[in-house]
Amino acid sequence: MSCVTVRVQADTFDATHETALLLRRRDDVGGVGAFTGIVRGGGGLVALELEHYPGMTESMMRQIAESACTRFGLTGCTVIHRVGRLEVGMPIVLVLCAAAHRKAALEGTEFMMDWLKTSAPFWKREEFSNGRSEWVQPRAQDDAATARWGTLGT
Amino acid sequence: MLRILYFAWLRDQLGCPGETLPLPQGVRSVQDLIDRLRARGGAYGEIFARPELIRVAVNHSFATVDAPVAANDEIAFFPPVTGG
Repeated sequence: MSCVTVRVQADTFDATHETALLLRRRDDVGGVGAFTGIVRGGGGLVALELEHYPGMTESMMRQIAESACTRFGLTGCTVIHRVGRLEVGMPIVLVLCAAAHRKAALEGTEFMMDWLKTSAPFWKREEFSNGRSEWVQPRAQDDAATARWGTLGT
Repeated sequence: MLRILYFAWLRDQLGCPGETLPLPQGVRSVQDLIDRLRARGGAYGEIFARPELIRVAVNHSFATVDAPVAANDEIAFFPPVTGG
């Protein structure tokens, strides 16, 4: 049985601790795929303000995580997404996928990130050093990346 | 009562995070609701005249404009998502 952890939080996360939780009381894990998203600077960006739709966001994240577990035979996965104001250099999202083998762990991680970007209701507003602020526009390449996985299914 | 929620720039432009109202007479689908909101004019008129900019969720699931709407549903309108 796989174990799924989904959280939306303002606080930061500890990837080492979350990885240890995925390994607890298991001897069937051969690897953990991991992705940490970071607020990237450039163009005068100071911070991102992350907004979400409480209730639907968690429900979509769970659907994505359960779908990844089924599709890649993961032993467990964790997805933590932060909200609120996050300055350049801060971690914003963590995805961990534990599996018996490397390919499933890494592909599961990529699958989860692609779906998160295009179907979990989060919105980013960019805040610049000159005081300007604007909502981030969606990118067509994110939709294309997700489309290659077909449907989410469960 | 119908609960309508607005997120991100939709909320900014409408100046309102959401509203609760009785299901308007004759509203049976998301499209019917969009037509009613557009008829209000102002920022509503501008935003809901351009449905290609908007995504819809009915009771926490993504929906299309032909999805049915019933009393006590939660309908959310928002721009395409940009998380991750």
